[in-house]
Amino acid sequence: MTEHPERSAQAGGRGTTFLLPSVDVVQLITADGAAAPAGDHKADYPMPNLETLLAGYEQLVIGRRVNDQAGALVRQGRLAVYPSSHGQEACEVAAAMCLQPRDWLFPTYRDMVAVLARGVDPLEAFASLRGDWHSGYDPHEHNVATQSTPLATQLLHAVGVAHAAKLRGEDTVALAICGDGATSEGDFHEALNFAAVFHVPVVFLVQNNQYAISTPLVHQSVAPSLAHKAIGYGMAGERVDGNDLAALLAVLGQAAERARNGGGPALVEAHTYRMQSHTNADDATRYRSDGEVAQWVLRDPLVRLEKYLSDAGALGAADKDRIAAAAETLAKTLRDGLNATTTPDPQDLFRFVYSTPTPQLDEQGRSLAAELAATPTGATS
Amino acid sequence: MTTVSQTPHGVTSRNEFAELHGVQTLTFAKALTLAMADAMAADPSVVVFGEDVGTLGGVFRVTDGLTRTFGEDRCFDTPLAESGIVGMATGMAMNGMRPVVEMQFDSFAYPAFEQITSHVAKMGNRTRGRVRLPLVIRVPYAGGIGGVEHHCDSSEAYYVHTPGLTVLTPSTVADAYTMLRDAIASPDPVVFLEPKKLYFAKDTVDLDALRARHTAAAPSTIGRAVIARDGTDATLIAYGPSVAPALAAAATAEAEGRSLQVIDVRSLVPFDDTTVCAAVRRTGRAVVVAEAPGFASMASEIAARIQERCFHSLAAPVLRVTGFDIPYPAPNLEKYHLPGVDRILDAVDELQWEDA
Repeated sequence: MTEHPERSAQAGGRGTTFLLPSVDVVQLITADGAAAPAGDHKADYPMPNLETLLAGYEQLVIGRRVNDQAGALVRQGRLAVYPSSHGQEACEVAAAMCLQPRDWLFPTYRDMVAVLARGVDPLEAFASLRGDWHSGYDPHEHNVATQSTPLATQLLHAVGVAHAAKLRGEDTVALAICGDGATSEGDFHEALNFAAVFHVPVVFLVQNNQYAISTPLVHQSVAPSLAHKAIGYGMAGERVDGNDLAALLAVLGQAAERARNGGGPALVEAHTYRMQSHTNADDATRYRSDGEVAQWVLRDPLVRLEKYLSDAGALGAADKDRIAAAAETLAKTLRDGLNATTTPDPQDLFRFVYSTPTPQLDEQGRSLAAELAATPTGATS
Repeated sequence: MTTVSQTPHGVTSRNEFAELHGVQTLTFAKALTLAMADAMAADPSVVVFGEDVGTLGGVFRVTDGLTRTFGEDRCFDTPLAESGIVGMATGMAMNGMRPVVEMQFDSFAYPAFEQITSHVAKMGNRTRGRVRLPLVIRVPYAGGIGGVEHHCDSSEAYYVHTPGLTVLTPSTVADAYTMLRDAIASPDPVVFLEPKKLYFAKDTVDLDALRARHTAAAPSTIGRAVIARDGTDATLIAYGPSVAPALAAAATAEAEGRSLQVIDVRSLVPFDDTTVCAAVRRTGRAVVVAEAPGFASMASEIAARIQERCFHSLAAPVLRVTGFDIPYPAPNLEKYHLPGVDRILDAVDELQWEDA
């Protein structure tokens, strides 16, 4: 077994304190849109350049528009459900932007904006929410795994993808997203431990949006922070302002490149807030106050980046028009595509369960076909 | 087959497995080891991992020598966490590998149940066939070894009830080799159930002939039952650890003047309705034998399928001889639980040979 750099460092007397997160949550742009004062950040997280931030801002605006449009489509009955990332768009965009095309993203059900930012076709991505199939896109096309519904399970898949790449000598990084609630699951623990033991290039991004449906973080964990859990596995942890795209790009970018260069996995906890209910089936007013929500409105990720870029002279009226038009084009694509009637083929129920359908599934497929052939068009039994 | 294997790092070492040739007397366990070794030599994407499978060679020694021959990148120990093992295997299979993982005992696979049922079984269907998971989950299962609690479960019902899984269980040394090679070659995930009490059973096999099946792309054993013993009066249908008592019952019955056929199902999913039904239609009588509790079990499924498909050929109801509907008993009591020759022959006697 190869010696872990961390362990070598310990042997060299460096101790393990470098695995602990900074005392201050990493922030590069304040909620007011100003450059943040230097914190105690143990490493230097340089401000991303304006070109990168402008590209990120465009994705934030598009992501917000997608969230709003999807919410409207749920209310119109076009989508079965939509777990919105409204307020968390900076985490979504940064997760996609810090990766190379060859890298892998492991999203959850709430990470549609990250999936789209990776380049997945929007109508293919929304096929699951429309109810046509459980997942509508090819994970291999953009190296985006299916959006995971069972909590924390996908973190282990990211470890496996990274381990396979490592065995082949490829420098692929996997970034896996989960929420604060998922850190209570056994698979969260197993994934972090496996990643550290096998020293594989995985970045774990915990979007701490303060609630697991209705349960606040205090009922999930009494650790000093979720990022502090990293040291228990022998990996570095960091806390970042999850509504500050600049800080997210710096922290996740550094974690990804460190992992790519053989530095092993990292755990990044992003402090953010789910501005809307868990899904349209939830009522967040039952468990949190208007005053609390209002505090987070002031920390909106779009508003602060728009202010910062405008003050820097990097975001003009023409840019805003162009970005708004791009967002509207995507919204129209979603409206048009999701308002169109689709007719999933019932024989698809049997086609994909195995590479070659079993004789039993063939028989059941024929049975359903005969049943449908005997049913008048449009009738339901 | 070459006698030199190559690790990903280019290290070469002697392949002690490739040096075995021709007619050999092997244990069931050694046949499984050879299947993995040959698959690893033929395909660098095949990797083996689990708890204690590396230096130790597994608690049943089924992976003995694989790390020595193929290196730590190809056969390695993991942290002690079954969900982690199966979850990592899922990711590796998504990314071009063919993992073969070992669950140390039947009951110790339960922590991996969510990964198996929610992801391993569903990924191919979820992605419309775009992500197939060619992985094998090896599970030592069933009893008859005097094992303590949590070491003797017949857990097949959980897996056969989960669409998307292929579920195999060999009962002979030759099938141990052939079916594990077929499982590793399958594009779909396989739960490979290994009857613990057979691990050290021996048989003489022609290794060259077994290997030739795989180089010649012979028809897969997946989905194909075999007739383990032919007979004309009634059909015993068994699998895994229950094939041996079924064969013993048939031998005893022959001495008593009754000819019993024995079918080894061996592929639980996909199930070979064709072979089973053709056999039962000829004999007109059937008894299903299995160790697992009978309620809502594989044995129940087999009995139901026969009665749905062969009703007019049946001279008697299909009977089941199974374990009781109890948690697997302590070692000193398991002899009362396991289906044995007497209980099987008692069931055969009840197949309405004469009208009352």
